[in-house]
Order: sequence, then structure tokens, then C-alpha cells
Amino acid sequence: MTAVAENPVHDTSQIPAPEGSLTITVKIQRFNPELDDEPHWESYDVPALPTDRVLNLLMNIKNYVDGTLSFRRSCAHGICGSDAMQINGINRLACKVLVKDLLAKKGKQTTITVAPIKGLPTMKDLYVDMEPFFEAYRAVKPYLIAYGNEPTRERTQSAADRERFDDTTKCILCACCTSSCPVYWADGSYFGPAAIVNAHRFIFDSRDEGAEERLDILNDAEGVWRCRTTFNCTDACPRGIQVTKAIQEVKRALLFKRI
Amino acid sequence: MADALALDKPRAPRRPAARRSNFELYSWLFMRISGLALVVLVLGHLFIMNILDGGVHRLNFAFVAGRWASPFWQFWDLSMLWLAELHGGNGLRTIIDDYARKDSTRFWLKMLLYVSMAVILVLGTLVIFTFDPNISAS
Repeated sequence: MTAVAENPVHDTSQIPAPEGSLTITVKIQRFNPELDDEPHWESYDVPALPTDRVLNLLMNIKNYVDGTLSFRRSCAHGICGSDAMQINGINRLACKVLVKDLLAKKGKQTTITVAPIKGLPTMKDLYVDMEPFFEAYRAVKPYLIAYGNEPTRERTQSAADRERFDDTTKCILCACCTSSCPVYWADGSYFGPAAIVNAHRFIFDSRDEGAEERLDILNDAEGVWRCRTTFNCTDACPRGIQVTKAIQEVKRALLFKRI
Repeated sequence: MADALALDKPRAPRRPAARRSNFELYSWLFMRISGLALVVLVLGHLFIMNILDGGVHRLNFAFVAGRWASPFWQFWDLSMLWLAELHGGNGLRTIIDDYARKDSTRFWLKMLLYVSMAVILVLGTLVIFTFDPNISAS
């Protein structure tokens, strides 16, 4: 691939163009670690319906133009959190962004840029190494910690107690928030918003008894105090979680020693 | 490139155990409180020095000597010196932690920062407390 011209023209005629489709340019950041020293951009002119999702366009390019295009996707319905990528500079799930929301003004050519999420090592094309992200997630002990005898029945909880941490139960671990955080870009040992959200989910759970352990972990040099409330995480979250608010609630719990 | 595939892994797991120190908590709190105090102190200082009664044109040795004769202004200037230096120094510490790529760069930048902070704090404090209004102009 690298032997050919800088911007090879891709033959996209094989992609089926349904009635009502328009041609838009998809500019993708490509990187093949076996051939390239640096990532580079490649453009594909593809037919798209306004109701298509960006994931459809990527699938079409992979199926009809270049099978080596690499990206993660699994459920394709915004639940599994596999296909987080930077679309037009903003972290989004490719399966939740519609083409009609990215169209240029009338008469202008629409270009959609797609790049891998930042702050995690790019392995190939749009596919990044998620291990550092999950390492931070595991470090906050994201599971129920309870002491004493196992209850013989289920652990009950009032509706109000459940409501307390409802927002942070919605996380799908897609890494949109963590990879949009400027502190995480600069300093990879920061836990990152996603790990703090998942700590929040258990810290404020009335059935859990591990709040103190987790707060101790997040009180460390790389914990919540590194957060600079830039709200990138809240903007990026495809589930609409108030991420920055959750981080502030953890700070408050530490400050006033009260959950 | 193909035969020596070395992927950059800047975020490989190397998380030390929690240190159970409240230093970051207190420095975060200090930034909020000192920031609020500095709004009053610095804006008050700028108002007195630049706007009140003819502003900068009346500033001279006698004006400074007159001000520092009062413990109130000594305390004002002293707290402004300490709060601004610690507030700015802590902010720079965070920036160095963020942007230094190597541990050795981080260490030396921080040393430079701490030494400069110490020099300015000691020198400033010394001047405020040992200021002599009757110094000869030799």
C-alpha cells in the first residue's frame, strides 16, 4: 500500500447505492504497523443514505473496497461499546451517529473524518489497545464488596438508595470519556473518567461496604484530584452519563468524609 | 519496520499501590481557598497601586516605606506573596506532572520549580520583615 501514490483513488463502484443515496467522502486515519511508520489519511467516496449510520459506511468500505480496514464493532446498536472512535473530531460510537446529522450545507461536499480514539496506543487503523483502560477500571475494584455472613435472601435496597447511583450504572465501558480527557492524554497513569464512574457506581451503593477502600485508591496522586472539570467526558458519553458530576461527587465524599 | 515491530506502550500497567496520603486532597483544597483569597488581595493591591489617588505616579520609596510601617499592609503583602507563590507553584507542579515525558525531566523541572519558589519566598519575606525606611542612599 505504501508503494503507491500518497492518496490512492479507491474504487468504490462495488458498493450498492440505493435510491436516494448521495456520495459523501469518508476520510479515515489508516495505520498498518507492519508497513507504516506513521498513521496517514485515506479518503473514500461512498454512497450513503441520510439514515445510514457511520458504521454502515465503514462496513461498506471494509466489505467492498478494502478488507484490511480494521475497527471493532459487535452489537452495532449502541449497547456493547466496541466501536468508539473519533468522528469529525468528537468521540462517538460509530453505530449511534447518523449521516444526516453530519451533512454539509447544501451544495457542499460532505466529508466525515474518522480517527481512532486518542490516549490509547493505536494497534491498527481504528483499533486501539484497550488494556491500559481496563487496567485502570480493574484497579478501582468494580465489584460488590461485602463483609459478614452471606444473607440467605437477596440483598434488598430502597428505591431511593438505588436512585443514588443510577446514572453511573449506565456505563458500557466504551472509553469515549477516558479517551477524550486531556489529563488522560497527557498523563496515562491517571485513572480516567470511566474508572471513576465505575467506582462511583459501587461507592454510593448502599449494599456495598468497600467505599473506603475505593476512596483511598481514588485519593491517590493519580486519582480524582487530577480532574480539571473540562467536561469533555460528559460531552463524549454516548449513554448521557453526567461523568464530571460523578467525579465531583467522589471528590466531595473524600473532602467531607461522607458518602 | 516490519521485522522490528515495537509498539509504543506508554500506558503499560505500572500502578503503584495507594499511598494513603491526603496531600493531593489538601493541595486541591488549598488551590480553591487561595484562589478566592487572591482575587481580593490582588485586585485590592492593583486598585491601590494603579487607580487610587493618582495611581502609579505617586509610588516612590516614601510611599512604600509608609505602607510597610503598618502591620496591616505588611500582613497583606506577606499573605499575597505566600499565597500567590504556593498557588502558582502548585499549578506548575501539576503542569509538569502532565507534560514531562521522562521521569528525569520531571524530576529536574520540579527541582528548578521548588528552588525558585524557595528563593522568592525567602527573599520576599526577608524584605517585608527587615525593611529599613531609614536606609542611606549611598
